[in-house]
Amino acid sequence: MEWQRKDLLGLEELSAEEIEFILETAASFKEVSTREIKKVPALRGKTVVNLFYEPSTRTRVSFEVAAKRLSADVINIAVETSSVKKGETLIDTGKNIEALKADIVVIRHGSSGAPNILSRNLNISVVNGGDGWHEHPTQALLDMFTLKEKLGRIKGLDVCIVGDIAHSRVARSNIWGLTKLGAKVTVCAPAMLIPAEIEKLGVLVSDDLDKVIRNADAVNVLRMQFERDNQEAFPKQLEYFQKFGITEEKLALAKKDIIIMHPGPINRGIEISSEVADGKNSVILEQVTNGIAVRMAVLFLVSQGKEYQDAHPH
Amino acid sequence: MPEKAKILDKEAIQRSLTRIAHEVIEKNKGAGNLCLIGIRTRGAFLAQRLSECIKHIDNIDVPVGILDITLYRDDLALAKSQPIVRKTEINFGLEGKDVVLVDDVLYTGRTIRSALDALIDFGRPKTIQLAVLVDRGHRELPIRADYVGKNIPTAKNEKIEVRLLESEGKDEVVLTED
Amino acid sequence: MRILIKRGQELDILIEDGLIIRISSNITDKADEIINAEGYIILPGIFDMHVHLREPGREDKETVASGTSAALRGGVTSLLAMPNTIPAIDNLESINLLSRIIKETANTDVFIAAAITKGRLGKELVDMEALVKTGAVAFTDDGSSVDDEEVLRQAFVKAKSLNVPVICHCEDKILSNNGAVNLGIISTKLGLRGISRESEYLRVKRDIELAQNEGATIHIAHVSCKESVEIIAQAKKSGVKVTCETAPHYFSLSEEDLCSYDTNMKMNPPLRSKTDIEAIKNGLKDGTIDVIASDHAPHTQNEKDIEFDRAEFGVIGLQTLLSVSISELVVPGVLSWEQLAQKLCYNPFKIINKPKRGIEEGSVADLVIVDPGAEWKVDKKDLVSKSKNSSFLGKTLKGVVKYVFCNGELKYKG
Repeated sequence: MEWQRKDLLGLEELSAEEIEFILETAASFKEVSTREIKKVPALRGKTVVNLFYEPSTRTRVSFEVAAKRLSADVINIAVETSSVKKGETLIDTGKNIEALKADIVVIRHGSSGAPNILSRNLNISVVNGGDGWHEHPTQALLDMFTLKEKLGRIKGLDVCIVGDIAHSRVARSNIWGLTKLGAKVTVCAPAMLIPAEIEKLGVLVSDDLDKVIRNADAVNVLRMQFERDNQEAFPKQLEYFQKFGITEEKLALAKKDIIIMHPGPINRGIEISSEVADGKNSVILEQVTNGIAVRMAVLFLVSQGKEYQDAHPH
Repeated sequence: MPEKAKILDKEAIQRSLTRIAHEVIEKNKGAGNLCLIGIRTRGAFLAQRLSECIKHIDNIDVPVGILDITLYRDDLALAKSQPIVRKTEINFGLEGKDVVLVDDVLYTGRTIRSALDALIDFGRPKTIQLAVLVDRGHRELPIRADYVGKNIPTAKNEKIEVRLLESEGKDEVVLTED
Repeated sequence: MRILIKRGQELDILIEDGLIIRISSNITDKADEIINAEGYIILPGIFDMHVHLREPGREDKETVASGTSAALRGGVTSLLAMPNTIPAIDNLESINLLSRIIKETANTDVFIAAAITKGRLGKELVDMEALVKTGAVAFTDDGSSVDDEEVLRQAFVKAKSLNVPVICHCEDKILSNNGAVNLGIISTKLGLRGISRESEYLRVKRDIELAQNEGATIHIAHVSCKESVEIIAQAKKSGVKVTCETAPHYFSLSEEDLCSYDTNMKMNPPLRSKTDIEAIKNGLKDGTIDVIASDHAPHTQNEKDIEFDRAEFGVIGLQTLLSVSISELVVPGVLSWEQLAQKLCYNPFKIINKPKRGIEEGSVADLVIVDPGAEWKVDKKDLVSKSKNSSFLGKTLKGVVKYVFCNGELKYKG
């Protein structure tokens, strides 16, 4: 296939073929990071702006490394969310970045849909680095990449996503991607952390981890944030860990070679025990490595997409 | 695209490769320090065949690597269609080696320029040499091949199509016209 | 000054100095202006009973002058101004200020709804009697529901004695949970906080019960969901003096139109599901829903062209009220023209207890002439409102307003 899109806003809008294409491209990029000189000139002369409205070292660094390994110039802009109210609007900021002749803007924002708004108003490429509770497409792509690398396929896999589904963009992007590629997805959490009508996305819903972990090929463990300052109902931390924490006792119920994933940063003893996080089933650090390859592929593809070429005629 | 002429058939391709293998061994005084890097897609197949020829002659296993030069192309920004990035597979060091870069057709020289850039990133070879099955002229860069299967003077509106057993199901080189 | 409206097969209308002096077939009298309205529909001037004019206080969004200009373009000749201005219309000083602005700048008739509670805070009743004497025709804390049942009960008691309706914005803010869109699969997909249907219909139920207990008249504003329609239908059956309105977006758009985070699709109550659209249409058809009102809520670009969850609720609608109603209700046969006239022109007057204006000999010419077959594309540059936050931008609508007579005057020619 030929890649068309200039933006990557989410996995909802991508076809299975497009997702597979990104994963295949990422597989080619993975080798670059194993070289003595970890750099290719593919995006030489291009400028990637990391526009981060939320503090995130992990995703920002991953995009930065990816862009640099493609020889792009990288500019990091951290916007204090507290100053947004008085400061310039998202669209104005985007237009200023475009006026700097940047080529790709990677946006992380606390408001769902912020990348969509930016994309509607800019000609340059927009890549979603995580927006509100909406999507975190590159995280889901690297999760799928890791699964595929480990288990050889996505289709037919039994994948369980455990944790705060309601407030998780990682969960949503994984649900879109995995179901499109034919995996069986179960979301597992206390009822109060399951968003409305999620089953309409083609997933199974459970609050019984002991049961669903038995058949799972992989578990994606979401980060739990008990310190959330809004009025949302939340389970008690200890109670949560007992029922939904990924521990060696839970693994004892599961298939021997079950894959344990986590988007990081992990909270040891809160959603996952140290033994499991560091154990043989964990692929958490491989996910980080794969994140670079996936983000290189995404940055490369959006800058080569037909839409991008059309918007920037030579 | 009408076919104008068959330039090489199966046997001619095999003869060219055997001859190149001999030349490579002769020029490098043996195959001991050699490695072959084929440029995706057909260069990779040719490099593999060349390796087999050398083994046949000298009984030495010359390592073969595959190079995808997409990320090094100088026309990425101009590309009309989406280039597909494939894997580069070079599982050995190039430091101090005599590297023979292998491709099917030498034309403008731009692909070879990209390949040279890529190779340098993998280490510092002692030498880099170039082997091609067909040289059709029209160079745009100061690049020449060390080993050539066949020189075929062409017009710009003509095209050289190399078909190989591994990719097209048969071995032949034909001249076509736009 | 004589204006003759010629209508071919149908009855012609002759207007002299603002009065309709004759309605009969084939009038041949001399006139200063002859309007050829053959094939056009003539409706009484529309009364939009849910409009935020924003003056005083937010003249950057809208003014009485600009809002009533937009009204005329939409065939609206009377409107009910909502009291959530700055300051709120909750005392004599502010109502007098607004009355003066209306007198000096309005292009249409403007009726005033006053707040139920001081500062619309839901705590302390306004002086309803004084406000009625000064011109308020209804009471509402629109934008908020009165949470305190006792306060609302007192408002109903007082309103009954004054013979004015209480208009209820039905929303339980605890249940609506700071949401931005309808709670369900769409809020889940978009990753936005959801507003449950319960937050609306449980409050509809409560408010109707309170009004029923006091024998007062209640009007439910902007009905958006199926359950609310059902509750109101049931209450009407049991004889409660309840009326209600819906807005054009609730029978033409659904939550699925939100997929690109278009903030011009963000309003409160939110766009609901396709099932709700059907329920609203049925409610209009069977008479449960009495009125179509725009809930015209202008906001500046700065307040709308931002992140979805931070954008203001509300959309403008004066100029599209009639055309959307024609496109979505009359064209598909949900309502007849007569029924549409009831919902847009007659019922609002009944609800605020004012004499209805009809198109009859001896009455003041207050009417709108529409080309029902013509289409227009909603474009920012054609919107007269100071704000451009329309849900229908880019859409093609049926029904073009050609002439508007307001209070005897030919105020608009399309």
